[in-house]
Amino acid sequence: MAKDETHVPYRLIGTRPNRPDGLDKVTGRARYGADISLPGMLHGAVVRSPHAHARIKKIDATKALALPGVKAVVTRADLPTGLTGEDLNLQENTLAGDTALYDGHAVAAVAATSKLLAEQAARLIEVEYEVLPHVTDVDAAMAPGAPVIRPGAADHSVPEGMHPNVARYIDFGRGDVEAGFAAADLVRERTYKTEATHQGYIEPHAAVAQLGADGKGEMWVCTQGQWYIRRMCSAVLGIDAANLRVTPTEIGGGFGGKTTIFMEPLPLALSKKAGGRPVKMVMSRSEVLRATGPTASASMDVKLGMTKDGKVTAGKVVFRMQGGPYVGSSPIGEALQCAFACYDIPNLMHEGYEVLANRPKAAAYRAPGSPMAAFATESLLDEMCRELGLDPIETRLKNAAREGTKASYGPTFNRIGFVESLEATKAHPNLSIPLGPNQGRGVAAGFWFNHGGETSVSLAVGEDGTATVSVGTPDIGGSRASIALMTAECLGIPYDKVRVNVVETGALGVNEPTHGSRATFASGLAAVQAARQAIAEMCRRAAADWGIEPEAVEWKDGAAIPAGPNAGKFPPMTMAEIGATMGSTGGPISGHHEVTAGGYGASFGVHVVDVEVDPETGRTTILRYLVVQDAGTAIHPTYVEGQYQGGAAQGIGWALNEEYVYGADGRLQNPVFLDYRVPVASDLPMIDTVIVEVPNPGHPYGVRGVGETGITPPLPAIANAIHAATGKRLRSLPMSPSKLLAAIKGA
Amino acid sequence: MVTVNLWSGLRRLTDGEQAVQVQAGTLREMLDALVTAHPGLGPVIKAGVSITVDGVITPNMNTPIHEGQEIYLIQRIKGG
Repeated sequence: MAKDETHVPYRLIGTRPNRPDGLDKVTGRARYGADISLPGMLHGAVVRSPHAHARIKKIDATKALALPGVKAVVTRADLPTGLTGEDLNLQENTLAGDTALYDGHAVAAVAATSKLLAEQAARLIEVEYEVLPHVTDVDAAMAPGAPVIRPGAADHSVPEGMHPNVARYIDFGRGDVEAGFAAADLVRERTYKTEATHQGYIEPHAAVAQLGADGKGEMWVCTQGQWYIRRMCSAVLGIDAANLRVTPTEIGGGFGGKTTIFMEPLPLALSKKAGGRPVKMVMSRSEVLRATGPTASASMDVKLGMTKDGKVTAGKVVFRMQGGPYVGSSPIGEALQCAFACYDIPNLMHEGYEVLANRPKAAAYRAPGSPMAAFATESLLDEMCRELGLDPIETRLKNAAREGTKASYGPTFNRIGFVESLEATKAHPNLSIPLGPNQGRGVAAGFWFNHGGETSVSLAVGEDGTATVSVGTPDIGGSRASIALMTAECLGIPYDKVRVNVVETGALGVNEPTHGSRATFASGLAAVQAARQAIAEMCRRAAADWGIEPEAVEWKDGAAIPAGPNAGKFPPMTMAEIGATMGSTGGPISGHHEVTAGGYGASFGVHVVDVEVDPETGRTTILRYLVVQDAGTAIHPTYVEGQYQGGAAQGIGWALNEEYVYGADGRLQNPVFLDYRVPVASDLPMIDTVIVEVPNPGHPYGVRGVGETGITPPLPAIANAIHAATGKRLRSLPMSPSKLLAAIKGA
Repeated sequence: MVTVNLWSGLRRLTDGEQAVQVQAGTLREMLDALVTAHPGLGPVIKAGVSITVDGVITPNMNTPIHEGQEIYLIQRIKGG
């Protein structure tokens, strides 16, 4: 759906009304996954492998089942067989089969009349293991002699002769990289590593589910995608999708980690075995960190060629990523495609290896793959700029992708806003603030594709002229407000006359989750179309009342009016008047739109960070932070700024502190927030934002999607700032105080 | 005839061709024709690819296509 220029300037879009979920959230009235309770409800607990890799020889639940109040135990033997592909991976990850593949892998689950009792029963389930050799590091996992995690798991893409843990192989490029390097004045090649990090959502996974012997079930769950939950749980449990009704609760963060299933099939399976009694299951923080998907860890080689005046002549990357023990879990493809997406480089080569390891099954995390790629390529670009004495922003401008540029991954970019973002960065006052001793400034850019996807939206006109919009995309970042603004803009009514509800799987056609920064783009696009459909019907009702042709009626300011003097002279018929009489003029008025939305526009961002490094401790303090990003059109600028700031905060944590630490035994050493350190408010300054608006021609109001790009530049921007402050170039994340201090002291 | 640009790593499945010409009126016909001409592409396409037409990701396989359009197969993209 092309951008509709007739709506400029907008009446509501770009304003900052109160958020529709604000009161519920500040008063505690909002219902999250763990807030749901049902009569007769049982509580579930999970038995998890204490080993990184172990054959399961025997599971004995006799003692647990003998405990009064214990109603059901499920193991893999209770699940259907014969699954293949990703369905099999999901089932394997829900409950281990004959082998536990990582520390924390679920082995059995139990339901009892209280949570404490369920946890006690879980401890009474006896599992006999044969411990197997394990590997958790990505480079070690593809080295000769590494234990093979899942023989035969590699897909069609892996050429003969690679290590059996290499499960996917990707290569693509263009031009002649060797000729490109030969034409350069400076060629540099470096290796970078990033550790796995977790999305760190505040709300742990939680679900209440009921499944009867008739195969009909219902579930309330915190998720980014209720239809994905339905499809995946149905596949894992062998039930019909239509028989499972899934209602999303309010959600306390997702960031990609709630686009798939982990424990969600278990309360359904336990419920069925317990005679259909509902079962609640809420993961602990430790379970979340050990057994739900973090992002991949990566090891990356980058080579760049540059002329003395800053033109990049060639680029080559070789990325290795592990995303746990299942093929297809790492974002290796996305990382490769993002690696050079900001730039117009004639000669490129990308090569990628997905490697299996004894770690939890990775899930999407905000711009999956792009932050790691940016850490590697943007760090090296900065290093070469410094070596050649070039300005980092001018160099990026010289190489910037723009409309008409062949993207590094193939197609030609349409209208994009990278140049505008760089120019806005140059003009920002933060760049002229003088720096003191031990302080440094770093610049980096980032990219994300954004996404459209399967979308179904319904709009109903109320008897009082209000509008109710039903969407299938859970609101994780302000989509209810932005969809209400777009709908109200289109209908010509006030913002507070539109209510947007996130509905259950029985209420709409299939929707993809809120992922890929798509909710405001795709559900917004569909809501506008649904509103236009309702407007057409309201015009028909007015035309019938006036006795004129529907084509002679147009919609303006929330009312039907005659389309010109020849249509007749009638007073405007408001939406409230039409709604009040619709029962006697043809029945309810609604609009629907179903689409697999294409036309989404890529988003580029530029970050500038000033840091101060304490030379005695190695601690890095963020002094000031600037995010500049193209939003297309900022529907609700406050939410857009919040997305920019949130992405930056998560990226800062990834850069400085967050990491999965595995012991020699392959067990996760830091599965609590005390030891897995996410940034807190006192760690961060107010993050400055600049919203660049280069409208996406593929959306009626120009929306691109803003949720993901912001996490991409912080990793290299901070590395670049630390180098500026200390002269030390860190190529491994996190850049923790101990690591930085070692680099400083090693000078 | 439409020209389909493949990522270069697929050349080993297409007798060295990175841009393949096929007779097709829709994206679905294009994918079918690609697999017919180069059966090695079957598993790749079955595993999932994204398609851009004139720079725009185009998920509807019934989308009409014609000669002169820029068409790329790219790796399927997942978001967070």
